[in-house]
Amino acid sequence: MLPIDPTKKISFSHIVCDGDLVIVYERHDNMKAVKVCQDSVLQNRFGVFKHSDWIGKPFGSKVFSNKGGFIYLLAPTPELWTLVLSHRTQILYIADISFVVMYLEIVPGCLVLESGTGSGSLTMSLARAVAPTGHVYTFDFHEQRVTSAREDFEKTEVSNLVTVGVRDIQGEGFPEEFSGLADSVFLDLPQPWLAIPSAAKMLKPDGALCSFSPCIEQVQRACDTLISKFTDIRTFEVLLRTYEVQEVRMDCSQGDGVNLGSLIRKRRRRSGEGNNVQDNLSSPTVMARPCSEAKGHTGYLTFARLKCLS
Amino acid sequence: MSQNKSQAVIIQNPRVTWEGCSVLLDINDGDRLVFARLSAASTLKIGNKNFSLQPLIGCPFGSSFQIEIGDKGPFLSRFVASIEGNNAQEKEDFESQEISKDNRALVDNNKAQSLTGEDIDAMRRQGATGDEIVDALIKNSATFEKKTLFSQEKYKLKKQKKYAPKVLLRRPVARSICEAYFKKYPARIGFLRVDTLSLLLSMANVSANSDVLVVDMVGGLLTGAVAERLGGTGYVCGTYLGGTPYPMDIVRIFNFSDEVCNRIVRAALTELSLTPTVTLEQIHQQENELNMECLSNPQMSSSVSIEEISPSEKEISVPVPENVVSLVNKMGKSTKAGNKASQQAIELWKENGFSSLIIAAPELDIWSLLQDIWPLLSNSAPFAIYHQYLQKYAMDLLSRHGMLHRLPRVTPA
Repeated sequence: MLPIDPTKKISFSHIVCDGDLVIVYERHDNMKAVKVCQDSVLQNRFGVFKHSDWIGKPFGSKVFSNKGGFIYLLAPTPELWTLVLSHRTQILYIADISFVVMYLEIVPGCLVLESGTGSGSLTMSLARAVAPTGHVYTFDFHEQRVTSAREDFEKTEVSNLVTVGVRDIQGEGFPEEFSGLADSVFLDLPQPWLAIPSAAKMLKPDGALCSFSPCIEQVQRACDTLISKFTDIRTFEVLLRTYEVQEVRMDCSQGDGVNLGSLIRKRRRRSGEGNNVQDNLSSPTVMARPCSEAKGHTGYLTFARLKCLS
Repeated sequence: MSQNKSQAVIIQNPRVTWEGCSVLLDINDGDRLVFARLSAASTLKIGNKNFSLQPLIGCPFGSSFQIEIGDKGPFLSRFVASIEGNNAQEKEDFESQEISKDNRALVDNNKAQSLTGEDIDAMRRQGATGDEIVDALIKNSATFEKKTLFSQEKYKLKKQKKYAPKVLLRRPVARSICEAYFKKYPARIGFLRVDTLSLLLSMANVSANSDVLVVDMVGGLLTGAVAERLGGTGYVCGTYLGGTPYPMDIVRIFNFSDEVCNRIVRAALTELSLTPTVTLEQIHQQENELNMECLSNPQMSSSVSIEEISPSEKEISVPVPENVVSLVNKMGKSTKAGNKASQQAIELWKENGFSSLIIAAPELDIWSLLQDIWPLLSNSAPFAIYHQYLQKYAMDLLSRHGMLHRLPRVTPA
């Protein structure tokens, strides 16, 4: 998934091969990860798609089923992976993930500790950020989930950047071998205050920590524990507001005020199906408004820096 | 493996300052943010006095400094914050005292403080530290005891900021630079907030070994942030319309190593286009313009060979990176970022396409720009466009046919 291997980079010459991981795009909210296999087929409401038709085509291609329906084959990225991975636990989404990677100042070469791994959604983006010379050590106390995560990382070819371990970080803390070596630590635990003292030992001075907690009471308790060895403690909530964008035909006859006239509802551009532009009798205006339903609160992100005590 | 990691970290973002490095000074917990370059001669003005920044050289990022009185007068001195331990006690005190206090007896007639300005100056001349002055002010305040604990804290902090200012040495990285600019000069960065910037980097799949095309009209902040994530691999190519590249000053604040700087290049859109419509003469003319720009800031290209130390020579253990850092940056000036992209690189991009695109150009007509840029992007390449105003962006993009499979319009709430 990550362009560490130059032959696998997103490029004009990169074509779909047998064994590649592709993201099958049906609609903006309907995608899945598929491993291309010479003899396999994909069946969905658009028909039957033969994998063999895909092999040799460039990524981004539109491919057709036996019924004439179509899908797109996209090159996998951590963003797309977050939308298609199987949820073993509640995951972090793009808004929180991007902010965490930036605010923890993760760059190539960094050593990052994470607990818990969960479904590996954030882990994928952490791997991307530390590549090619850094490493992510991630821990979860649930053995089965660790196994599933390891499989995912194999599938997406990031195993050389990520090491998953079974460990109860709240109970045991991070392994001693990482003391003073971590550039950043990320905690997504029900009781992060139990892990914070260990995190403080792991971090380099001025290293960054982030704790993700859905409830403000957890945030309060975490902050109480952070205050002794950490500084610059800040809590954020990242909210995503999506907009509905439509083209509106202004009724140009009646004089008084603004008459929106008929709202020509264009099918959203994001759907894979094509759509003819309706003939515009008068000049259209594009209007945007917030969607009435939006993804709400995921969790609070509390960041802190380890004090320089020497 | 750990040695490679430490070397990579040293090259990428050292944790200790050195002579000539760029720093972000955070005075009084974010009240004032100043970008500076550390040298024996550089100073910082606090109040009405200039303080030398010399004491900051060789200190770890994240250290704090306060004003101390020395033989030659006041100077900035590093201090180490204590580990705060007595939270439980404070909480108890808080709860027992809070029930009775309020502000009914407080009258704002400016008579509460019995120390005068002259008294304070006298104390300063006698060598009192800032904290001692703050304590004296508290003792001489008639109303301090009547205040709630919360209010007392607020008062103390206010006096500390004035009489015992603290300077925090921050490392200039994408996050801190963006936050500082957003606070001080948001217009210069097109009001690009740090979470928006982080989304741009994510959605455009910026990672090592990528070839990222950017249209950066936000002072170089975007280019610098991309380069930081590339870590000395791949390329970030800043393209522009016409003959003059957009300014990239903010890139210089990042303390990039030569490897990273070499990856930051520029090329006019006309040069990158697959079907060039510009004559060879025009290309030469543009080249001359760029050369003129370079002449005024002479590059120390000869220093590059000296600074490139092969990894095998650097057998340093993790806890002691300072020696290596000072050696690498002895020359002071590093390779200038933003050189013209080589013909080789341009050919490579024409052959492979760019792996992603980011646009942050408040003044441009996005749609017509995109028409020219689409052919340069590789298959299935992600792209991210930032615009401060929703309407303009939506207007340009939405009412068109497109090869756009996915158009996430995300806005910070």
